[in-house]
Amino acid sequence: MSLSSAAEAPSFDLARGWTLSPEVALRPEKFGALAYHYGNRRLVFLKSPELVALVEALGSFDSVSEALQANLAPERHASYAQALARLADSEVLVAR
Amino acid sequence: MPADLSLRDRFKLGLDAPICLTWELTYACNLACIHCLSSSGRRDPRELSTAEAKRIIDEMVEMQIFYVNIGGGEPMVRTDFFELLDYASSQNVGVKFSTNGTRITAENAKYLAGLGYLDIQISIDGADRATNDAVRGEGSFDAALQAMEYLQDANFGEFKISVVVTRQNAGQLDDFRALADRFGAQLRLTRLRPSGRGVDTWDQLHPTAQQQRDLYGWLVGHPDTLTGDSFFHLNALGDPIDGLNLCGAGRVVCLIDPIGDVYACPFVIHDEFLAGNVRAPGGFANVWRTSELFQELREPTSAGACASCGSYDACQGGCMAAKFFTGLPLDGPDPECVLGHGEAALKAQPVQLVRRPSGDHSKPIPVVLAAR
Repeated sequence: MSLSSAAEAPSFDLARGWTLSPEVALRPEKFGALAYHYGNRRLVFLKSPELVALVEALGSFDSVSEALQANLAPERHASYAQALARLADSEVLVAR
Repeated sequence: MPADLSLRDRFKLGLDAPICLTWELTYACNLACIHCLSSSGRRDPRELSTAEAKRIIDEMVEMQIFYVNIGGGEPMVRTDFFELLDYASSQNVGVKFSTNGTRITAENAKYLAGLGYLDIQISIDGADRATNDAVRGEGSFDAALQAMEYLQDANFGEFKISVVVTRQNAGQLDDFRALADRFGAQLRLTRLRPSGRGVDTWDQLHPTAQQQRDLYGWLVGHPDTLTGDSFFHLNALGDPIDGLNLCGAGRVVCLIDPIGDVYACPFVIHDEFLAGNVRAPGGFANVWRTSELFQELREPTSAGACASCGSYDACQGGCMAAKFFTGLPLDGPDPECVLGHGEAALKAQPVQLVRRPSGDHSKPIPVVLAAR
């Protein structure tokens, strides 16, 4: 399970803009979504619909911080930033 | 990790499309392995046509099934095998196919190496000729190694060597590993089930209790070994082996057989686990989403006779197919329960009840490999 076992990527900069990799397809599921990377062939599970919405919206913001502010209550920012960092680590997200 | 547990619980309720779809292209096979899970040998006249097979690939695209595990029988004996590979590849559906290697040539190895989105799994069941050929037939070890050499010479890259762990080869894990290293291949170990012709050979082939403990230790020490998540019954021995660790049958896993029948998993080719057929209106998606059987398999399960066992959360009661074909109740212990409960349950059966697979495509007489 990539989402829970991957360590936080040190290079994930909240001040930068990130977006869903063009090599990744999202398949909606009741729990959230499956993300499949056609390049590295890894399957990653996005474990909440809120995370899926955030990932889908991410590309339209200039920074991760702005995307977090627009999508989630402040007390959830830290945990979702961590989840995004892990997705960046598995190349589901790429820097813009 | 609690996060994983909740994901596992969600998987138990089923997904909108499978994660692990196995598709057996044909019951025809030029080998006659004594543990064949699908009792393969002879082609079935009802097998899907090329057009029907392509329609299944189209459905995979529609359902966002990103990759498929192709097997058989020996899938490479289908005359449209490469046409179907090309089609899947053109639709961006990833293919991993299992083969005995006999049909891989120096020439088609180069072609396979040129296809971008392809994994190949070559099956052997012994690290030496004698151990392997006793299960897979005379000449099959040399043929598999020849195929590996062709792939290596064609710079295919990292293919997989797939081994069913048996009593006879359980002591050869390091040798399999060395063989994989020699070819720059990945080693995949999977669990023997009493399915197909395995119904008749499981008693002689399944690993002993001590071998299971050793295997668990080996897998923990070699976490990069692929297992197809098939050894979760061993998790009662300690920390879980990496993987989903649940029976995915009808929830995240299923089988499409060569005639389009959809079963809950590749190891339960039996009427009781037949969910429908892809030729019916609505196709595969309709079977996956609406079949009564799959709905039932996605309901919460009872731990049954295992409820009082402290290890149930670790092993999940083991493998449905292993229980079914040894005649054990599905809500009781796995026949290879590492705590010995399965063995006791088998002994307690008043009559040895062994279920037979519903279809049998075995050839009447084992075929000699050189005759192809």
